[in-house]
Amino acid sequence: MELIKIDKKAWAGGLEKLSASYALYGPVKEQHFCNFRALEKGEAPDLSGLNSRLSPKGVVFPQSQVMFTYTVDENQAEHHILQEAGEKASDRAVIGIRPCDAAAFLMVKQNFDTPEFKDPYWLKAYEATVKVGLACNDPCQSCFCTSTGCGPFSETGLDVLLADTGDFFLARALTDRGEHFLKTAGWNQAAEADPLESMKKKAEEKIVSAVSTEHLKDKKTTDLFDAPFWEEVAFACINCGTCTYVCPTCWCFDIQDEVQGKSGVRMRNWDSCMYPLFTLHGSGHNPRDKKPQRVRQRFMHKLKYFVDRYDGGIQCVGCGRCVRLCPVNIDIRTVCELMNNFELSQC
Amino acid sequence: MLEYIQKIRELAKAALKDNGVEGVIGFRKGTVPLMNEPYLIKKPEDIDRLVWDSHCGINLTNYLTGRKGRLGIIAKGCDSRNIVTHIIENKISRDQLYIIGVPCKGMVDRHQISALFRDEIQDAKENNGRIIVKGSGREESFAKADVLQENCAICMHRNPVIYDVLAGDTVEEQKDVERYEDVRRIEAMTPEERNRFFDELLSGCIRCYACRNACPLCYCPTCFVDESRPQWVGKGQDLVDVKTFHFLRAYHCAGRCTDCGACERSCPVGIKMRILTKKLEKDCLEMFQWEAGLDIEQRPPLDTYKPEDPEDFIK
Repeated sequence: MELIKIDKKAWAGGLEKLSASYALYGPVKEQHFCNFRALEKGEAPDLSGLNSRLSPKGVVFPQSQVMFTYTVDENQAEHHILQEAGEKASDRAVIGIRPCDAAAFLMVKQNFDTPEFKDPYWLKAYEATVKVGLACNDPCQSCFCTSTGCGPFSETGLDVLLADTGDFFLARALTDRGEHFLKTAGWNQAAEADPLESMKKKAEEKIVSAVSTEHLKDKKTTDLFDAPFWEEVAFACINCGTCTYVCPTCWCFDIQDEVQGKSGVRMRNWDSCMYPLFTLHGSGHNPRDKKPQRVRQRFMHKLKYFVDRYDGGIQCVGCGRCVRLCPVNIDIRTVCELMNNFELSQC
Repeated sequence: MLEYIQKIRELAKAALKDNGVEGVIGFRKGTVPLMNEPYLIKKPEDIDRLVWDSHCGINLTNYLTGRKGRLGIIAKGCDSRNIVTHIIENKISRDQLYIIGVPCKGMVDRHQISALFRDEIQDAKENNGRIIVKGSGREESFAKADVLQENCAICMHRNPVIYDVLAGDTVEEQKDVERYEDVRRIEAMTPEERNRFFDELLSGCIRCYACRNACPLCYCPTCFVDESRPQWVGKGQDLVDVKTFHFLRAYHCAGRCTDCGACERSCPVGIKMRILTKKLEKDCLEMFQWEAGLDIEQRPPLDTYKPEDPEDFIK
């Protein structure tokens, strides 16, 4: 579709118009880093910095989400009957999603939207969300998106791709919804030139980090499972949930009932395979009660089970958040290399 | 700090060869700038992988909990105080340990450096008490003293308190440090103000539990927030549950916390939760003249009774 030029002077006015039709979300700087949240009236997304500290997955998949409400008051006719929380997913636009995080939405979709099962909460929010991406002119040193089938100018999963040229943004609508978004904002000035390809090339050249994944598929699952390196990989791990919570592709959740007084909610909350409680059975048995087992699970899921199950590469978009934020510097790139290069004879 | 590494390698190698330890817990070089990774070195031929610089802030005592066999460990002042606490609390015994003590001049706060640098840090070096960081086409140098972890800047026990061997000469301890200025500020608030302060302090928490898991004191087989039969604390993002976690965790550390800073250092969203443990540390100091982890012979104040213990709280 046509490339649009958005003068930065016309940016605030466009956002203003958009806010009448969409709930706007974007990265906002609080303290020293950005996170995605709903923008207040007149607030502009901060598109100047590096990628957000937490991924924008929470816009579609909140850390804590009420699914049902109920009353336990037996005087009420409907007591103990779950009522849909009925939270309407209003039309929203997330501005400034990085291409890696947009690709992650599609990865997560494979789990929440299958022919057999559809997760109504995730899907409703996903479908209500227009994803307006911001290409990365200066990818981080710990980004390795070009080796995960993504890239700093990747269009996968986006409705609009924005690129910052300094004085103005270039915008390309990638879907009808994207086109509608740009029209609503009143951004319709055609760009005189199309430097996107050369900007993309420049950005890709700046990616200094890579992982090799080509052998993962052919490795035997049991060989990797029993590989001797897990103890060493797991040594430093403190089994916190940081890697899983900052990850745009981690989708696990836990369902909880909470009652206060007579009214209750059934909610779901992010969960993490790093926690022992994640796999604790009702019997008291825990199949993954040791740290190395949990560490292995995270990497095996991302780098082997997912590869085999969906045949579309690893469950990682190379955003580098877990690498940057792990308190003890466990690095998925290192583990991926170990797994990809593992030969049984090493035992 | 840098000059220690040769000595540390020598001592660790000797420990592996002659001291009957099955491994030495130290650090290997990190894969990102300003970070190192805790590492259990087992073979003398790997000794050059050990590193020591101003990015070794993780408290290694966390890796000793419940370990069997004999181990070497590289210990800064705070790690050594947590080793003492671990010995007192029967999490490891003294004769299992070969402690290579490292006098410390503080560890740097990578998040603070990143914030000051205002750009991605691509490389970092340390030279003559300065941290030199590089980004895309730009270099900036910070005096280490200006970018220390907050707990290191006010540290009173830089030298290891328990060790088998020291990797360097002891360093001068800091004097006239105002440790509790921030705590006093909170103490002076009205209850409403204080509640608001705690709400703001903790509202960004994502409950990843990195603070708890990085803490050598938090070794409960099942933490109270993970108890499911019965369940004590809600799992959602309700601020009451979030605050319950942080407050109770802090109370569990009363009289035990060495202010090693592991909790704040590990937080992915920059929460300054040390204010909670510092308040309890200050109370223990004022009421019981107690500082944690200085002496393996002395029982901590909260598991002993003395007739002269303060009882002003009984009205």
